[in-house]
Amino acid sequence: MTTADRQTLSMHHSEVQVSVELQTPDMTLNLGPQHPSTHGVLRLVARVDGEVIKELEPVVGYMHRGYEKLAEVRTYPQITALVNRIDWVSGFANEIPFMVATERLMDIEVPERAQYIRLILTEMARISNHLVFLSSLPLELGAATPLMHALRERERVLDLIEGVTGGRFHPNFNRIGGVKPAAAAGATQKKVVQDLPQGFVEQTKSAMEYVREVCADMVNLVLGNEIFMQRTKGVGVIPADKALAFGVSGPNLRASGVPFDLRKTDDYLPYSNFDFDVVTGSNGDCFDRYAVRLEEVVQASRIVDQAVSEIPAGDLQAKVPRIIKVPKGEIYVRAENPKGEMGYYIVSEGGRGPYRLKIRTASFSNLSVLSWLLKGQLVPDLIAILGSLDFVLGDVDR
Amino acid sequence: MSAILDNFWSLLALKILLITGVMMTVSLVIIFAELKISAHMQSRVGPYFAGGRYGWAQPLADGLKFIQKEDLVPADADRPVFKFAPMVVLAGTLAVFVIVPFSPDLVVRNLDLGVFYALAAGSIGTVGVLMAGWSSANKYSLMGGLRAAAQLIAYELPLVLAVVGVVIQAGTMSMVGIVEAQAAPVFHLGDTAISLPYIFQGQFIGFIIFMIAALAELNRTPFDMPIAESELVMGYLTEYSGIRFTMFFLGEYAGIFAMSAIASTLFLGGYYFPGLDSATFGPLVLMGKVGLLVFLIIWLRWTLPRLREDQLQSFAWKWLIPLALVNIAVTATFKVVF
Repeated sequence: MTTADRQTLSMHHSEVQVSVELQTPDMTLNLGPQHPSTHGVLRLVARVDGEVIKELEPVVGYMHRGYEKLAEVRTYPQITALVNRIDWVSGFANEIPFMVATERLMDIEVPERAQYIRLILTEMARISNHLVFLSSLPLELGAATPLMHALRERERVLDLIEGVTGGRFHPNFNRIGGVKPAAAAGATQKKVVQDLPQGFVEQTKSAMEYVREVCADMVNLVLGNEIFMQRTKGVGVIPADKALAFGVSGPNLRASGVPFDLRKTDDYLPYSNFDFDVVTGSNGDCFDRYAVRLEEVVQASRIVDQAVSEIPAGDLQAKVPRIIKVPKGEIYVRAENPKGEMGYYIVSEGGRGPYRLKIRTASFSNLSVLSWLLKGQLVPDLIAILGSLDFVLGDVDR
Repeated sequence: MSAILDNFWSLLALKILLITGVMMTVSLVIIFAELKISAHMQSRVGPYFAGGRYGWAQPLADGLKFIQKEDLVPADADRPVFKFAPMVVLAGTLAVFVIVPFSPDLVVRNLDLGVFYALAAGSIGTVGVLMAGWSSANKYSLMGGLRAAAQLIAYELPLVLAVVGVVIQAGTMSMVGIVEAQAAPVFHLGDTAISLPYIFQGQFIGFIIFMIAALAELNRTPFDMPIAESELVMGYLTEYSGIRFTMFFLGEYAGIFAMSAIASTLFLGGYYFPGLDSATFGPLVLMGKVGLLVFLIIWLRWTLPRLREDQLQSFAWKWLIPLALVNIAVTATFKVVF
């Protein structure tokens, strides 16, 4: 019997009651799969003490649609329709690395005009994706108005994408060897001549003006907001070495100060023809992740502006066989998607569809940092951090 | 008629009915204002079709819809507490209206301790919120309820301290008395007597502190952590549906009106406006002032993000309370010296 126990025994009954320490076991808080801020069906099992997170485990897989397996029983042209549903906020950008991988396996040279159209639409997808991000993080911090302002301008970009491809979110516009001739050309027309819709260049330029305008507004309204700064500065800091170790990519990595951008290093699209900056942050906190994306929208609009003015004339599609068979071989092609690095690893046995398709998505790797990052954070900060990582569950689970 | 009015109980019943009716109407008007104002701030149109013009009937339609909804009680909930909580919230806010003077005579009861009563009754609502959070058997609700309780402790103090300045200056705690004190001339400009509301008589800081604390008390943005729909789903409201949710909802908007009414009485001169007869125009004048403050509250909601609970606490204890104490000291010094 310890001294403390003996003391307890010698006390009066009522004193014993008082001296008993309160039992405060940690609470297990199960955020999701249905929760307003998990962007879909992400589930986070957190052990919380009051509002402090002691331990957190992300549970993914609620949205697994088996795309890698489905791809094995589809032909290459059919897979386009699958892959642009991976990250539905930037549907078009998902198609690019897959198309480039297939074309490289088949040794097809894509006409320059088609490459430019791909590039323009990819950057538009980046703009629309980032505008969704720019609107949703303030919303999660309780400010509802930036959402409306950003989405209003995103609508212009989506209208342009729709004008070219016929689809707002799932363009399904890439063809092996180029892009599909424009949506306006119906099936009855045997010879398709039309590609970009009339007035596309002017409309794009004016839309980009609007986009830059809303970005300037956002700098004042959101980045300059005292409460927003308090909620995001120094919150959820990912140091550069940790970011690299966890495989974080895209704007999240650049916010940590690593100037890594596949648009500069790889040559899957003719980005080297254009003048744009790789935006980096310095602290790797939520504020930097927001600021980096905000500036990336401006840079993307610059690229689009240059591309629509310089777009060359020419074919939309290279000569490809009627039935597409990819020679035996394997290849990995990665691209700088709005959410980070996206890559396709294709193993071909020479058939009409891939033998195996491995999809590397940005959101999945970016989320792997969560358990480490959220330990010891507060529940409100958890929401800010989740929002600042910019993920889509389709991109996580595939 | 006079027999009814002379009987204490029938008069009381009449007054209660009147207050409840006016309150509900005012709440609906504020809800509609919020719908429309927020819409225009966000370049939307807002309610448009209900009622034929401008969607004026939208809050009514929403209310009718809520009444039709099933009144769910979670299986694990503490049933009596769960069911009682919305009534506590609503009753707490309604009780504040007893002392709001709409004109020198149009006041349910001119209590000598009016200010004290208003602040006490105003914080009853938080008990209801805590009850709701506790009894819902939902972790989000619990966290929301606890946040509301923590917020009450942090903000009741600056709220009261901000009012103390006014009370010292007026020398009375009666709401009518405070308005009359503000109607009294401060100085003479030639032949005209100039009277100023307390906001222009050195209580400006007190007014700011009061409004910030009132926002926190009302759980409005930027202090809406107890509801925080992106974190806690809907906070203590998560499990509520149907008519009980409506009661919380009405309670919130009635609370906005109550707080604005108190603030305009204490700091903006209440029903008094220079040159207007208080007995006839009093209610209109008060409504105008309340309308301004309500607009301010709505405006803030659609502009600002929300703070974090610990930031709110440090803001309250490190800034508002010391500032309020300084305000009291300065006011008291001036009162004694001049």
